[in-house]
Amino acid sequence: MSAPPRPDGAPPPAGPRTGPDSRAALSAGARQERRLGWLLCAPAVIVMVAVTAYPVGYAVYLSLQRYDLRFPGRAEFVGLSNYGAVLSSSYWWDALWVTVFITVVSVTFELVLGMTLAMVMHRTVLWRGVVRTSVLVPYGIVTVVAAFSWQYAWTPQLGYLAALLPDGSAPLTEQWPALWLIVLAEVWKTTPFMALLLLAGLALVPEETLRAAMVDGASPLQRFTKVIVPMMKPAILVALLFRTLDAFRIFDNIYVLTSGAHRTGSVSILGYDNLFTALNLGIGSTISVLIFICVAIIAFAFVKLFGAAAPGAEVKR
Amino acid sequence: MRGCGIRSAPGRKTRTARWRRLRALAALPLLVCPLAACGGSGGSGPVSVNWYNFPDDSGALQKAADRCSRSSGGRFRIVYHKLPRTADGQRQQLVRRLAAHDDAIDVMGLDVTWAPEFAEAGWIREWTGQAKRQAGKGTLAVPLRTATWKGKLYAVPYNTNTQLLWYRKDLVPTPPRTWAEMLDMARRLAREGKPHRVEIQGAQYEGLTVWFNTLVASAGGAILDPSATKPSLGAPAVRAAGVMRDLAHSPAADPSLSNQMEDQNRLAMESGTAAFELNYPFVYPSMKANKPRLFKSFGWAPYPRVDADRPARPTIGGIDLAIGAYSPHPALAFEAALCLRDRQNQLTAATAGGLPPTLRALYDDPAFVKQYPFAKDVLDALQKASVRPQTPAYQNVSIVVSHALSPPSAIKPNSTVATMKGQIDDALQSKGVIP
Repeated sequence: MSAPPRPDGAPPPAGPRTGPDSRAALSAGARQERRLGWLLCAPAVIVMVAVTAYPVGYAVYLSLQRYDLRFPGRAEFVGLSNYGAVLSSSYWWDALWVTVFITVVSVTFELVLGMTLAMVMHRTVLWRGVVRTSVLVPYGIVTVVAAFSWQYAWTPQLGYLAALLPDGSAPLTEQWPALWLIVLAEVWKTTPFMALLLLAGLALVPEETLRAAMVDGASPLQRFTKVIVPMMKPAILVALLFRTLDAFRIFDNIYVLTSGAHRTGSVSILGYDNLFTALNLGIGSTISVLIFICVAIIAFAFVKLFGAAAPGAEVKR
Repeated sequence: MRGCGIRSAPGRKTRTARWRRLRALAALPLLVCPLAACGGSGGSGPVSVNWYNFPDDSGALQKAADRCSRSSGGRFRIVYHKLPRTADGQRQQLVRRLAAHDDAIDVMGLDVTWAPEFAEAGWIREWTGQAKRQAGKGTLAVPLRTATWKGKLYAVPYNTNTQLLWYRKDLVPTPPRTWAEMLDMARRLAREGKPHRVEIQGAQYEGLTVWFNTLVASAGGAILDPSATKPSLGAPAVRAAGVMRDLAHSPAADPSLSNQMEDQNRLAMESGTAAFELNYPFVYPSMKANKPRLFKSFGWAPYPRVDADRPARPTIGGIDLAIGAYSPHPALAFEAALCLRDRQNQLTAATAGGLPPTLRALYDDPAFVKQYPFAKDVLDALQKASVRPQTPAYQNVSIVVSHALSPPSAIKPNSTVATMKGQIDDALQSKGVIP
């Protein structure tokens, strides 16, 4: 890709080198290249607008209406009153709190366990392929199928895990036990994904640097905290960003395990219930837009505050 | 099923016809339905009438579909499609498809609370003329009310259901007539160290709304006012909420009251820890099969009253059959629906599937009474029964009601009912968030 004209006057790859018209000729060439760039991007941009921008825009439009799927004829513009209704509802704040709890706790566990697994996979000499494959098995199982297995396992009189608990306990029917079981299902399911991303980061750490640190007398812990982690920081932040965004939108595990009963519903469950049970497109879209804003804030915070590299962007060291 | 909708565009080569052809072409790779299922306007063979109803394991529904197909003399063939098991899942599938004007839904089984919603949205056809007369003939009045919205008939009652009081005759010689009597008996049994619990649906779901609706109606009130545009509630609702709280705070309450649904109640009663159970008749054959010893002292009585001088008005459940607004052959669909709920098919559904019928005459039929020794009590209950609020926003209303009352031990009658009133008001206007 050609760079735009640089202030230090470095020679552009094409165009006449001397004379007063060089700047104009250069811009013409650059303009042409830029146009080509836009043309090359256009198909992707059009597809993205069609499949992403349009639904997002339509959701924003719906969120400004009182709109019931049953009575499309009675839709009316209500401005921001849906936002007022959602933000003043205790159900939204309950769901947001539950979502934040699940996100923070599950991502923390996943990071620690994922790092451990990544180290194991990185250091394993024997049967490397077998170890890496078996670690990935939970991630390969369809979430809904896994969630049903958990649900049956925790159902009294039916499941082998429930049988380990004191008689008469039904953990999925109380808020706290159910929340922890949801976190457990999440962690079990996505730790391999975390481990895989971290493994890629571990591969970035040059063996020589570690040897040099060893020669300088760094203990294993020091090597981990002073060499490996700083060098892996971009990979760790990308892994955390992906998982945080994923965890914040949690739906399937909760839907199967508790369907949001006993105050275990996430914001996505709340949005689903308002859209598909209440058929209230206005309020439901408002919740969707608010989830979108939360996700955008999380992504922004990661990129700006922690300097996580956007996926695909060059990693700055 | 949509793939079966390929029809020849007659005559006009309009844009829509071309579009339809394009769509059909696009759907070709997805065409997995066997040709035999692709009835419609092909011209040869019987027309397929698609019947969407709850999944039935007894085989009674399939038998009815086959019988009606045969008796149609080759004019139509009823294809029974099973909807999801949960009522919410059934409603979601129907709503999603009808909102998209799906023409593959001819006859559908609606929960008794859905007719106003579907009718107001224009998704089901009104019953008129001969079909309406036939639908009302010999049908119990209260089930017929569930199928009626704004004075028009939108469905035909298929089966009905209602709760009775089931009790242990060895512990309670005469069944209680009121809630207060029942709680007193339970307290006495508790003091004597005998099984004393009252099993009822206390989980946060539709069953809790049903319990509340029964109590409010029994106390002489209603959840909504007659126009169904405003909450009514008032003193009867406060009284009803008080009864629920009293049970939750008495020794009669099951420790897991706030998680219990019909089936947990059945199991608790069968395990011998309870003296009373408020439940549907399915508990009777179950007790007979699972606990023959307890079955000997398993009795039934009318649903307990709230006020001694006013009969209880238990809420009815059941299924109504409606005709899809986008069905390409409505006349056949009406005919098929009437056949599916005729006397013979209702008797099969009642005896094989345990579904109480909606035809009055069947309650005197020896074959039915043999299986339902409590047929007379069910009939009495049905004649005094109450229906749940009739409004297109029923689902939203029910959710806020069950949320406000859960868990029953946290009910503070006056303030709970006041909160509920505001939330019902919002729900009726599609305002506010539902939990």
